[in-house]
Amino acid sequence: MELAFFQNLTLGFNVAFQWINLLYCLIGVLLGTLIGVLPGIGPVATIAMLLPITFNLSPLCALIMLAGIYYGAQYGGSTTSILVNIPGEAASVVTCLDGYQMARKGKAGPALATAAIGSFFAGCVSTIIVAMFAPPLANIALKFGPAEYFSLMFFGLVAAIVLAHGSLLKAIAMVLLGLLFGLVGTDVSSGEIRFTFGIYELADGIGFVTLAMGLFGVSEIIANLQAKEGREVFTRKVGRLMLSKNEFHRVWKAILRGTAFGSILGILPGGGPVLASFGAYALEKKVSPYSSEFGQGAIEGVAAPEAANNAAAQSSFIPLLTLGIPSNAVMALMIGAMMIQGIIPGPKVVSDKPELFWGLIASMWIGNAMLVILNLPLIGIWIRLLTVPYRFLYPSILVFMAIGVYSLSNSPFDVLLMTLFGILGHIFAKLECEPAPLILGFILGPMMEENLRRALLLSRGDPFVLITKPISASFLIAALALLIIVFAPAIRQKREEVFVEDQ
Amino acid sequence: MFRIHNPKEFGSGLIFIFFGIFFALISLNYRLGTAARMGPGYFPLMLSIFLSLMGGIILLRSLITKGEGIMRIKFQPLIFITLSLLLFAYLLPLLGLVLALGIMIITSVFAGLKFHFKEVLFLCVLLIIFAVFVFVKGLGLPFLLWPKFLN
Repeated sequence: MELAFFQNLTLGFNVAFQWINLLYCLIGVLLGTLIGVLPGIGPVATIAMLLPITFNLSPLCALIMLAGIYYGAQYGGSTTSILVNIPGEAASVVTCLDGYQMARKGKAGPALATAAIGSFFAGCVSTIIVAMFAPPLANIALKFGPAEYFSLMFFGLVAAIVLAHGSLLKAIAMVLLGLLFGLVGTDVSSGEIRFTFGIYELADGIGFVTLAMGLFGVSEIIANLQAKEGREVFTRKVGRLMLSKNEFHRVWKAILRGTAFGSILGILPGGGPVLASFGAYALEKKVSPYSSEFGQGAIEGVAAPEAANNAAAQSSFIPLLTLGIPSNAVMALMIGAMMIQGIIPGPKVVSDKPELFWGLIASMWIGNAMLVILNLPLIGIWIRLLTVPYRFLYPSILVFMAIGVYSLSNSPFDVLLMTLFGILGHIFAKLECEPAPLILGFILGPMMEENLRRALLLSRGDPFVLITKPISASFLIAALALLIIVFAPAIRQKREEVFVEDQ
Repeated sequence: MFRIHNPKEFGSGLIFIFFGIFFALISLNYRLGTAARMGPGYFPLMLSIFLSLMGGIILLRSLITKGEGIMRIKFQPLIFITLSLLLFAYLLPLLGLVLALGIMIITSVFAGLKFHFKEVLFLCVLLIIFAVFVFVKGLGLPFLLWPKFLN
């Protein structure tokens, strides 16, 4: 076992160090940092935009690049949070609180260094966690039948609802709507074509990229254009980048706590970097001996959330690689990317495609190393990029989206559909309905239907099969417990308080 | 006089009910089957009934709770962004990538923020050159570059 682990890692590094994979890793992390720095465009929209392009890459290159964008964005987002008080990315909103205060006190350098070191440490640890826990988990998952899968996905969706921002009821409704959108197209079991209104382009279903780009990309642009453009950029001296002994002493525990917290939250469905960073900040504020300094430039307030968001970005690959189930919107896109390449995400990936699995994991470590080496020297460039006004940015984003979506099936229809989802997404934004649960439902819809059908077919229509099988039953009980907990009045109030912080 | 105190919830409820009923009605056209042998209509009908129920609960709750009003939708960005994308998509097969992109970028400019003529021109040229080299020459996407009637 021990030996196999190192053999596997060696295989992974051998693959990841091939120059083409290194190149795409570099492209990925650079792009990720770039969009992390630029406000108004996040990893979901970027990965959705680039999905059509990955048709032409090898599966490993595609996944390495997309993964790089995802965790690269966590690094980039912190830079602007600290220097200009603008979170480039949702997961670095809390970094603004103390990071910017540090910068105002002339400690921008230590703040940036803390963010980079915290992210790097968390990235390394959670990469090892993925490498250690994913294969045994995949082994367990291999024994899952349709009943277990259905209940697992049910649990996943419930967790996504619980962890979604805002109203629980709306999140449930969004998941249901997503599940329904997922069913559009040809029904796998009966061959019947559903909900297409005779439009033949819909026979294959609504394209995932089309939906994601509409809901996240187009609606984001429309929303940004409605807000006033008020971005000020002050380029100030960054100062020394090294941490003093005292600072280092204060930081390391916070980084450890952030890493642990983020790694766990990343695995949970609906979790991910955003929630991890908020949670880690709140936790750190409670346990730190310097909690009175929080909000006025406490270095722990930078270290903990930055470690947590990167750890979560990494560990959210675990459910994807072992169960084939996405834990957040970006992972849902990764599933899309794997399917484009003809890889069925699930427990078999580890055993059938070891070079893909281990190569991806090794590339994450390499990518993290690249980020920490590249990021600090490149800070000047990233700041200058911030001065690019949004009026140049959004036509450029439009070009990417339009070409990307058009090329999906080489027809105008997908662009039309994306535009419609953009309008729908904008309406949802106005009504404060989070689109992330919808995306998860959309991906899981067909899989859930398929597994439910098979489970009930095997049991001859007896729904109790879902609770007589122990693994399936435990997922359902866990889901039920989650629901009861969040709907309990006391906790509900607490939950709302937690989410108010990020408004 | 009947007044809505929580318009965001009220609106959300309405949308969910609409989609719920919409999908439910279509599902009824498909064979339902039994739990043991589900037809294509079974699962979607179940989901859409739940969705309508959720919508109903959200709607009812909106009548007894209070909340902020919905921010007014500014139609200018909405219309011009939508229009620019659609123009691109439907003109591309006729006019080719270069012109379709140009038209899209120029249309998108009207979506809101201030623009100077020279900037727009510069942006157009830059983005078109980039798109032609990266997407057509580099990635080999099968796009027409110039209008059909010129070829």
